[in-house]
Amino acid sequence: MKPTPFDYTAPRTLTDALALLADEERDAKVIAGGQSLIPMLNMRLARPGLLVDITRIPELGSSHVDAAGALHIGAAVRQHRAEADPAVRAGWPLLAAALAHIGHPQIRRRGTVCGSLAHHDPAAELPTAALALDASFVIAGPRGTRTVPAAEFFVATFQTAVDADEVLTEVVFPAAPGRGWAFEELARRHGDFATVGVAVVLDRAGDAVRSARIVCCGAGPVPVRLHSAEEALIGTSVAPEAVAAAVCAALAGLDPADDVHATATYRRESAAHLLARACTTAWERCS
Amino acid sequence: MTSTTPVPTSTPTVRTPPLTEPSGWHEIRLTVNGEPVTAPVESRLLLSDFLRDRLGLTGTHVGCEHGVCGACTVLLDGEPVRSCLTLAVQCEGAELRTVESLAPDDAPLTDVQRAFHECHGMQCGFCTPGFLMTTTALTDRPERPGATEVADALSGHLCRCTGYRNIRRSVGRALDETYGECAK
Repeated sequence: MKPTPFDYTAPRTLTDALALLADEERDAKVIAGGQSLIPMLNMRLARPGLLVDITRIPELGSSHVDAAGALHIGAAVRQHRAEADPAVRAGWPLLAAALAHIGHPQIRRRGTVCGSLAHHDPAAELPTAALALDASFVIAGPRGTRTVPAAEFFVATFQTAVDADEVLTEVVFPAAPGRGWAFEELARRHGDFATVGVAVVLDRAGDAVRSARIVCCGAGPVPVRLHSAEEALIGTSVAPEAVAAAVCAALAGLDPADDVHATATYRRESAAHLLARACTTAWERCS
Repeated sequence: MTSTTPVPTSTPTVRTPPLTEPSGWHEIRLTVNGEPVTAPVESRLLLSDFLRDRLGLTGTHVGCEHGVCGACTVLLDGEPVRSCLTLAVQCEGAELRTVESLAPDDAPLTDVQRAFHECHGMQCGFCTPGFLMTTTALTDRPERPGATEVADALSGHLCRCTGYRNIRRSVGRALDETYGECAK
C-alpha cells in the first residue's frame, strides 16, 4: 500500500504545467486534491512518472459569478469551499447537495470539484450534477483552450474529453434562477459512492413544467440523461400519474449493470423510487 | 518529537518557493505541532508515513491507507484531512497538528480528550487519534456546529469496537464544555 516512485513538482503557472504534461517521456499526471488519485497510487493501480500539482497555480484557485450570472469554479477549488460558498448554496443548491454526498468532510477538505469531474467515476455525484445543471468545461492544452459541454465531456468510465496533455482549468455552471431541483441517492453507507442516484432540475410556467433535465448516476459508464422521462413530465403539473409515466419512461432508458455492489434489477428498482421522489421534491421547490 | 511550545492559532505565512525541477526528492519546510520542521522527502512519501516514520509521531494511526477508516486524520492548516491521502511534499508551508499536540508531555488532557476518557469513548483506542482530531476541529469553530454537521464529521471515522454511542456522548460532552450546554 505504498506508491511506486515518481517525480513531483508544483508549478506556479499554467504554462509551466502544460509544458510538463506535453513531454510524453515524463508520463505526467495532474494532481490536485488527490483524494481519488492517491488511493490509486497507494494500491499501485496508477504508476505515473511525474505528478504535476496544480493547486499552487493562483489563477486556478478561485471561484466567482460572472456578469451573466454563471458560476465559475477553478481547478484548485476544494469541494468543501464550494459546498460552503453562500453563492453556490443560493444559486446552485443542487450542486451544494451533490457535494455533501461526496465521501466525508475530511475528504472534501482536500478533494477538488474539478478533480472529481476530470476523474469521472461513473458512480460519482458531481458528473451527474454537472450534466443536470448543463455545465461546461474549460480545457487548456498545447493546442489552445476549448470549452466542452457536459453532454460531450464524459466519455467512458474514468475517461473524459480532457487529453493526457491537457488540464481542466474550470467548470462553468450557467445561471439557473428560480428552478426546482432535487438530488437523491442510494448508497450503502453515508459517504460511499452512489449505488444509484438521480438529479432533477425543473422549470415551471404557470401550473405546468416548462422544461426538465433528469440525469441518473450509477446506471452506466457515464451519467445517463433520461430524455423520455423529461418529455413525460413537460406540460404536466407533476401529479402522481405524470410521475408514474416519467418513471416508466426512465426505466425504458436505463440499462445498469450487475456488479458486486448491486444487481441491475435492484438498481432499476431503486432508481424508480428515487426518481419519483426527486420529481415531486423538485416540483415543490419550483412553486 | 514532542512540543512544549504553544500551538500557534494563526495561519503561518505560506512561503512561495520557486519552481523546482521535477524530482523524486524535495526539501519541505512546514510546522508540525508548533515546531518548524525541514526535511528531505521522497515525492511518494505519504504524510502519514512522514509523521510516523520520519518524525516519530506514532500517535497518528494508519488503518486502511485509502481514506476509508479515518484513523490517520490530522489537522492541516486547522482542517481535518486524511494523512494517508496526502503526500508529504504537498504540505510545503503548511501547519500540521497531530494528536501529540493535544496534551504534550505532562500537560493536562484537553477538554476533548477528557470527554473521551470520562464518557468511555474508546475501547482498543486504534481509531481514537482520528476521532480526537476531528472533534478538536469541531471545538475550534467560532460557533457550535449543528447536530447534522457533527454526525457528518463523525461519519468519516470507523470504530470497530464501540458501536459509536459512547463516542457520540464524548463529542457531545466536548462540545458542551466548549460552547456551553445547549438543547440537543
